[in-house]
Amino acid sequence: MAADKVDPIHQFQIHPLIPIHIGGYDVSFTNSSLFMVVTIVLASAFLYMSTAGRALIPGRLQSVSEMAYEFVGNMLRDAAGKQGMQFFPLVFSLFMFVLVANLIGLFPYFFTVTSHIIVTFTLAILVIGTVVAYGFAKHGFGFLKLFVPHGVPALLLPLVVAIEVISFVSRPVSLSVRLFANMLAGHITLKVFSGFVVSLSAFGALGVAGSVLPLAMAVALTALELLVAFLQAYVFAVLTCMYLNDALHPSH
Amino acid sequence: MADKNGPDGTGETGRGRQPEATIRDDELERRRRDLEASLATRRTERLEGKDEAKAATGYGQALKLSSEFIAGVVVGVGLGWIIDRLAGTAPFGLIIGLLLGFGAGILNVLRSAGLASEFGQGGKPREPRE
Repeated sequence: MAADKVDPIHQFQIHPLIPIHIGGYDVSFTNSSLFMVVTIVLASAFLYMSTAGRALIPGRLQSVSEMAYEFVGNMLRDAAGKQGMQFFPLVFSLFMFVLVANLIGLFPYFFTVTSHIIVTFTLAILVIGTVVAYGFAKHGFGFLKLFVPHGVPALLLPLVVAIEVISFVSRPVSLSVRLFANMLAGHITLKVFSGFVVSLSAFGALGVAGSVLPLAMAVALTALELLVAFLQAYVFAVLTCMYLNDALHPSH
Repeated sequence: MADKNGPDGTGETGRGRQPEATIRDDELERRRRDLEASLATRRTERLEGKDEAKAATGYGQALKLSSEFIAGVVVGVGLGWIIDRLAGTAPFGLIIGLLLGFGAGILNVLRSAGLASEFGQGGKPREPRE
């Protein structure tokens, strides 16, 4: 038990709650799955219940949902134009999922779904898959013009196109790494500082007095993490909008 | 009595009210324009405030740029390695992939910082964004 308290990585361990094995694959219902379900249920329940009244003059909760709607709607309109609004359900769902998952992760003893790169990478692949599929469906091979910048000498073209393709493929990677790294680093820092409080207070009265410092730091970090949780959901949604803009208008 | 004041009364009162109604429409139009203008100013203020908050977390900026660069190199190496596996050209795919990935990483960082042009547009760089 004592080892658990100072081990900052322990909080990210996945353990199965309901073991399920299908055809040699482990598809158990884990604590990660549980918190994904909690995230979805919480986000849907909040949006449904706060807008159920449909008051013309919104109450507090309804205006929070309306603000979330307008926030994402404006973001999408700014980045991808009016046509981009057909992707509103996708962007809004992603934004709410990441935001609620990040916020839930801030509670002690709760699991942070977005601190695992496989989760964020799957979300990023969903985004980039939508971009590629929609781009080819809408523009056919004209979508490939995305990789050919204007005014490049023919001699350099193969090199430039190769670099552009790699740059395009690296976008979901950097998108997912950014979200995952922010959440992972933030939670480890929080855990380490909280661990200092425990181990310092083991040194008697002087230690307890000294442990006020890491405690203050942990409090400040919690506020910072709240900002980061929101900011990363915002960044994820903004980048999704920008990538969708490429699918809608491959050549500006 | 009640009919004359009703909204769809056929009486002469309806005709008589016409000019007043147009005045009220103008008034409403003007007020709506004023509201839109004030909302627009408030919206830009809000966006600027958010940019400041973003710039305040220099740590986030550093993480953003480094993740862009690392992603470029990793994807370049990965693609080179896959080509090697499929075509049996080891180790040249890996080497070329690494070099191209390095270039793509630099391009990602420049784009992320708003110093290079975005996808599909030559020349003019877009304004810096998250």
